[in-house]
Amino acid sequence: MSALLSVADAHVAYGKVEAVRSVSLEVGANQIVTIVGANGAGKTTLLSAIIGILPLKGRVTFAGQDLARLDIEDRVAMGLGLVPEHRELFVTMNVEDNLELGAFRIEKRKAKASMEHVYTLFPRLKERRKQLAGTLSGGEQQMLAMGRALMGAPKLLMLDEPSLGLAPIIVADIFRIVGELRAAGVSVLLVEQNAQAALKIADQAYVMELGEFVLSGKASDVAANERVAASYLGFQHEGA
Amino acid sequence: MNTTIMLFLVQDGITNGAIYALLGLALVLVFAVTRVILIPQGEFVTYGALTYASLAAGQMPGTAKLALALGIGAFAFDMVVARKALHLRLVMRSFLTNIVLPAIVLALTSYVVAQKPPVAICIALSLVIVAMIGLFLYRVAFQPLAHTSVLVLLIASVGVHLALQGMGLLFFGAEGQRGPAVLSGSFTAGALRFTGQSITVYGITIAFIVGLWLFFGLTLYGKALRATAVNRLGARLAGIRTTLSGQIAFLLASVIGALSGIMIVPITTLYYDSGFLIGLKGFVAAIIGGLVSYPLTAIAALVVGIVEAFSSFYASNYKEVIVFMLLIPVLLLRSLAAPAVEEEKD
Repeated sequence: MSALLSVADAHVAYGKVEAVRSVSLEVGANQIVTIVGANGAGKTTLLSAIIGILPLKGRVTFAGQDLARLDIEDRVAMGLGLVPEHRELFVTMNVEDNLELGAFRIEKRKAKASMEHVYTLFPRLKERRKQLAGTLSGGEQQMLAMGRALMGAPKLLMLDEPSLGLAPIIVADIFRIVGELRAAGVSVLLVEQNAQAALKIADQAYVMELGEFVLSGKASDVAANERVAASYLGFQHEGA
Repeated sequence: MNTTIMLFLVQDGITNGAIYALLGLALVLVFAVTRVILIPQGEFVTYGALTYASLAAGQMPGTAKLALALGIGAFAFDMVVARKALHLRLVMRSFLTNIVLPAIVLALTSYVVAQKPPVAICIALSLVIVAMIGLFLYRVAFQPLAHTSVLVLLIASVGVHLALQGMGLLFFGAEGQRGPAVLSGSFTAGALRFTGQSITVYGITIAFIVGLWLFFGLTLYGKALRATAVNRLGARLAGIRTTLSGQIAFLLASVIGALSGIMIVPITTLYYDSGFLIGLKGFVAAIIGGLVSYPLTAIAALVVGIVEAFSSFYASNYKEVIVFMLLIPVLLLRSLAAPAVEEEKD
């Protein structure tokens, strides 16, 4: 079976500076794949290029279709979702409106079911549905950003540093939900500095350093690697 | 000054202010959604007014032909952009909206104009013609520049304003025109006399503001427009096309402009270049609202209208100067109060 998302020999550059070099990766159906690496390794850049915010040299296919000529909006409509690091919420609108807009490209009837599903995953959002997004706490904003992306019924959700700056109890909650997504048939591409938690939940893992993948394989094998253990697990807080 | 004169001036100011409010709201909307400072807003006013006046006088307005010409341009742009992935549905849709629609309207206009049409038909046709011009203008002049800086968009906006003004002279000539009142008759209440036209202005302005409020608050497309204004990247990640939001914004702005023009032209003689000054007053209100606040813009527009009415009574030679001087203290205050902001990147 071919992969849901496949990236082959991707290069992403900011002007003349190449931030991502010759990167290839695959995400299969019902899989959690994580990319771990230090700050500035190029993880966010890679996700931005896959969704179409940045231009990418190389080949990206999603659900068997080449993405080269498609805009961000078309990629989203195909079922590729991104929850960006800065969340990019509609801060002056309430929680419910944010969620409703997440389903902009899908049928109204399905959107209703999606909203119920999101409220089951994040009961907190239901409690705060009339509150403005900008007044939510950091954890709630992260939940809303994930909820908004899920409203579009994605086949693959890309999460960029979902645990950044959040209290440990909320981080645990978010990782639990990532696991539930896989069970519900949504693949996840997870970019994290919290390598320990990410490697624990993921099926496959890639380690990124200075714009290149230096190691890849099953998440448990990657976690057992000595170099990874030393750089990202043992002393992970130093790099963060 | 006695109370009667004061009441007259206030009434006059509110009538004008209501129109500036509509224009100001359109400017804020277009800027928030597309980052374009819509200088041609004034041309939408003139085009609406003079198209209406021409139709009512049984003359063929050149704007109907302009709409078709711009539509052909918009179709060409669509085809060039999609050339590598052309499919029939896209071509048909673009052909229907950009060429067939304005062609039908042009044919209808030339048929109707010979029959001395009633006021309602003149209004409807003028609105449709100017709305199409607004929509196609966005496609031709602004959509290709959507990802450039505010400055580039402003320069394009000035260019479009000059071009439209020049074409206005070509279409309508240098002579001013007046149109028939939308609602004739009048009544008096105390010292004040209300004409049917001024009642129309209040009614339409209020209806439009309520309509916009409902549109933005309740409909999915209205919310999508707000979302684009709040966070463009966020909107794109939700699958909302910025071009769709831009089209809706320009459509609303051109309809608002044309409607304002149709409301003014029975009261004042309008020339091909009158719209610019009227639009600028809406712009003063929009600036006072910081190009973001709708309620502040509406209130500021009423203030602009009233200040204008009083200054034309006391110092009519200086009335424009006085109105535009309102900007100086506002800008000063805003520059002191506002933190330095970097231009938003897309």
